[in-house]
Amino acid sequence: MLLSQNLRTAFRALLANKLRSALTILGIVIGVAAVVALMAIGNGATSSITNRIASSGSNLLNIQAGRSQRPSPGQPFNQTNLTYKDYKALVTTLTDVAGIAPAYQSNYTVTYNTLSTSTSVVGVTGDYFSVHTYTISSGRALTDADGASQKQVAVLGTTTVTDLFGTEDPLGKSIKINDKSFTVIGVLTPKDSSGFNDTNDTILIPLETGYNKLFGANAIRNGERTVSAIAVSASSADTVDLVSSQITFVLRHQHHLALDDDDDFRIQNQAELLSTLSSVTTTMTTFLGAIAAISLLVGGIGIMNITLVSVSERTREIGLRKAVGARKNHILFQFLVETMTLSIIGGVTGIGVGMAIAWGVTALNLITAVVSVSSIALSFTFSVLIGLFFGIYPAYRAANLHPMEALRSE
Amino acid sequence: MIQIDHLVKIFTMGENEIRALDDVSFSIAKGEMVSIMGPSGSGKSTLMSIAGCLDVPTSGSYLLDDIPVEKMKDSQLADVRNRKIGFVFQQFNLLSRTSALENVILPLSYSGLSARACREKAEKALELVGLKERMKHHPNELSGGQQQRVAIARALANDPALLIADEPTGALDSKTGAGIMDLFQTLHRDFGQTVIVVTHDSFVAQHTGRIIRLVDGRIVSDALNANPLKAGTPRPGAED
Ligand SMILES: Nc1ncnc2c1ncn2[C@@H]1O[C@H](COP(=O)(O)OP(=O)(O)O)[C@@H](O)[C@H]1O
Ligand SMILES: [Mg+2]
Repeated sequence: MLLSQNLRTAFRALLANKLRSALTILGIVIGVAAVVALMAIGNGATSSITNRIASSGSNLLNIQAGRSQRPSPGQPFNQTNLTYKDYKALVTTLTDVAGIAPAYQSNYTVTYNTLSTSTSVVGVTGDYFSVHTYTISSGRALTDADGASQKQVAVLGTTTVTDLFGTEDPLGKSIKINDKSFTVIGVLTPKDSSGFNDTNDTILIPLETGYNKLFGANAIRNGERTVSAIAVSASSADTVDLVSSQITFVLRHQHHLALDDDDDFRIQNQAELLSTLSSVTTTMTTFLGAIAAISLLVGGIGIMNITLVSVSERTREIGLRKAVGARKNHILFQFLVETMTLSIIGGVTGIGVGMAIAWGVTALNLITAVVSVSSIALSFTFSVLIGLFFGIYPAYRAANLHPMEALRSE
Repeated sequence: MIQIDHLVKIFTMGENEIRALDDVSFSIAKGEMVSIMGPSGSGKSTLMSIAGCLDVPTSGSYLLDDIPVEKMKDSQLADVRNRKIGFVFQQFNLLSRTSALENVILPLSYSGLSARACREKAEKALELVGLKERMKHHPNELSGGQQQRVAIARALANDPALLIADEPTGALDSKTGAGIMDLFQTLHRDFGQTVIVVTHDSFVAQHTGRIIRLVDGRIVSDALNANPLKAGTPRPGAED
């Protein structure tokens, strides 16, 4: 009886001041919607980053030239390089690897008939496709034989295909890279790329063809053919560390480094990168959620404020209720039901709005927001607790009014 | 039923002390209809708020049905107000957003009854004051006299031992006021209801069987009235 009576009283009191109640609820709606939407966006970012790294092969070790630290003062900063010879040394010495893929990357203007585009041209070997988990959607991949016979052939990413050919079939067509003719022999299956650079905007050519016909002197340093990076795919997740130390050993030997010299190359471990990045994005998500939670707190203060006003406006009503036999708890409960009604309506509406924002952001292709059940449960619980927490004080004030004084007020 | 001894109530307002009640003693038996009469500011409302358990005395003792009220805890006082006392105010004090029926249900809802029992008792009380057919109306759709009847029904809903009315006719014209006094007389005569009527008007006081006069917080006389006026008797000197 009392609960339904209280609910009815609460709704009546809230409806009597519709605008006021609506504005109070709005405070909670904004807070909850912000929590749900921001957590969804954060989760979406996390999963798209981890998916992307996972899709580029998680047993992958990426070797690049350069020291991980600047040389100590007084020592010369000498440019370091990875060379084709380093690659050959790795091929002969490494065990427990599934593939070794050197790459030389440079940007060129590419034309087909009247259309042209500037894109990244990468000289690769046959291993490149398996190591970087690329597949071919039409035509064929490049092989080591293409390099050996210095064929002028190319495999294109889908963005490049669209830029140069529109809807035309590119297979067998001849394109010009820096005025050298190449025949398109294959198209890559598009990869998910939600980062800044489009992984589908690329042209792959045989590495040796590149050295001889395209890259020219740029690729030569100190009389050696250089590579931009060498990707090594370990045979399994368990051998990643072993392979990594083998690479270090081989490259230090190749580069004639003394015992106390720092490495002049960096080995990037994809699994490590993955865990680092996902911990960064998780922190970011938590941070966004916390900021949103602050606005929820502000909404709670709004509830408290309006309930205090309501208590002082209804002092006489409270006095009367006490006069006809309401205990302190009854009054306390009545006002808590009122604040909880505000916060629950706000919470449910906020969850709806937050999901709508997440849906809208996804529909606009900005980011794939992932609404998690836990963020809904969390923000709902939080808004209920806020109604309770910020309702307690005004309700307590109401409950402790002296019946006679309350009746005499006005 | 009521036993009040050496009751003192002092209000302190900053430096000032106001002795609203100064050594008041009297008792009222079950089934009596008594009026407390005195000029404005003489302490009538203060006395009734203590008798109605809305306030506690500064000193003195108050036995209600032989139970010492001044020793009670807050929640026990609330229960006494709920079960034993029905209070009628000069300004009605109805909740404006709820119907007459829900106003009468209010005290019942705090006594742990089922929704159905609440409704039945409330309807019975409204029937007693002659407003059953108006029970869905809100206070602003009722006349002053009808509003006071709803307030009386609310006071009667829980079958209280004691009905206290503080200036119940003060906000009403004399004809409507007579109707209210008639209702109190009926409750007293037909149901043996114990009634205390507070008034500053000696004509109203004449309607009860006993008159206690209060001046400056002290009882100056306490006398039986052998022939109470019947409600509806014209006020002496009033033009008709
Ligand atoms: N809560 C209070 N605080 C201070 N003074 C009060 C309070 N209640 C009543 N009084 C004072 O006590 C005296 C008696 O008041 P009251 O009982 O209301 O008289 P009555 O009902 O006979 O007009 C008055 O002087 C009044 O100002
Ligand atoms: Mg008074």
